[in-house]
Amino acid sequence: MNFSLDFSSLAPYWPVFLRGAWLTLKMTTVAVVVGVCIGVVIAFAKSSRNLLVARACGAYIEAVRNTPFLVQIFLLYFGLASLGVHMPTFAAAVLAMIINIAAYAAEIIRAGIDSVPRGQIEAAECLGLSTWRIRWHVMLQPAIERVYPALTSQFLLMMQASAMASQISAEELTAIANTVQSDTFRSLETYIVVAALYLVLSVLVKLLAYGVGEYIFKRRRTIRRAALLARRSAHATLPHLPMASAAGALTPMSHVPFIHGVSKPRDVVEGSVS
Amino acid sequence: MIGSFSWTHLWYLVDSIWWTVVLSLLAFVLGSIGGFGVMLARISTRTWLRNMALLYIECIQGIPLLILLFIVYFGLSVYGFALPALVAAGIAMMVYTSAYLGDIWRGCVEAMPKPQWEASECLSLTRWQTLRLVIIPQATRLSLPPTIGFLVQLIKMTSLASVIGFVELTRAGQIINNSIFQPFLVFTVVGTFYFLLCYPLSRWSASMERKLNVSNR
Repeated sequence: MNFSLDFSSLAPYWPVFLRGAWLTLKMTTVAVVVGVCIGVVIAFAKSSRNLLVARACGAYIEAVRNTPFLVQIFLLYFGLASLGVHMPTFAAAVLAMIINIAAYAAEIIRAGIDSVPRGQIEAAECLGLSTWRIRWHVMLQPAIERVYPALTSQFLLMMQASAMASQISAEELTAIANTVQSDTFRSLETYIVVAALYLVLSVLVKLLAYGVGEYIFKRRRTIRRAALLARRSAHATLPHLPMASAAGALTPMSHVPFIHGVSKPRDVVEGSVS
Repeated sequence: MIGSFSWTHLWYLVDSIWWTVVLSLLAFVLGSIGGFGVMLARISTRTWLRNMALLYIECIQGIPLLILLFIVYFGLSVYGFALPALVAAGIAMMVYTSAYLGDIWRGCVEAMPKPQWEASECLSLTRWQTLRLVIIPQATRLSLPPTIGFLVQLIKMTSLASVIGFVELTRAGQIINNSIFQPFLVFTVVGTFYFLLCYPLSRWSASMERKLNVSNR
């Protein structure tokens, strides 16, 4: 009953914790980058005209989305080992994460592609763009920009799911916690420290996702530059126009290249929760 | 080979589905109650309450469920409550669920048009009456697809309770695998059972979402 929290016995272990956190981050990054690339391919393949390919991709997505990640890891690690394919735990964990996130990313990106208006694709066809350019410029880029929040929250969930890799003793943060708590018998403190580390990691991933999102989308870069330009020219012109009316306020924008209006963000994006 | 997969094993697995369902329902019902409270706090007029709820949601959503489970399981036992695994798992999953459902429902309530609040105020309804009679009946319809979607997530998450020794579907699969060592077969069967549980719910959620989304088709 008279138990008090004592974190001092954990102090010597901090490099171990940091190493675990670093491995978690590394696993997540690899899984996200590879998984999204595969997910994009699957998202397009699912709406392919070849019915067999489309069905296979649909089955893959549904199978992964409706079974627990833990069972997937066990199936991959123990199952493949029993069939004679041995792989290190790190590889098995990352492979399971890639398979998992590819399915989720495919579903989310497909929702984004579906939300591209049919007329835009037809317009691109009329302009004589090749199929691949249509896919890249007209379908994929706006789709990813639109579903980017859903994608990043999926990445966060993936980072948390990587905790399950401790069950096949990949040496990431949770597995480190298990080791440390069996060393020090300070189980509660250990898990509180690890929870805090996961919180820091998730804030880090969120910031990273935000920064990357601001950088990779060309449309956002253009809008930001235009806004900067407009602000600067507004400062420059306003002193000369003391009676800046509603019409006068429009003048600074005339320097700016034509920009599409900011599309209204969708309230519900399929696949963001499940 | 020590033995092969038999009907006894299959029945053991089928039997353990029950416990997966029990844990999911327990977490869902308790988490709904908690989530409703979080949602109320999140749309409250008091700033400190809103911020507290926001902090709670951000913290819980940033921590993996596995760690939450460990904290509850070890934390409570350290203070002298020797809890059965079901209770520990139920509490941890309730905390987890309440944060997510609170956030989902807050989104649904805030998606209701602002004039509805103002109109109810003109009819001299109190804030609570507005919420109960006007907002929630409409928000419920909107919130059903994501809530069912989260329930699917929750059913899958119950597999984590195997880690603290609660015998549900995944744990039963591990036990059988330890005795006959045919992991490929055993975990495929376990995965199939989860799929049979989750897939109808996923389809239901998706079809409701499609019906609600008529305007965007």
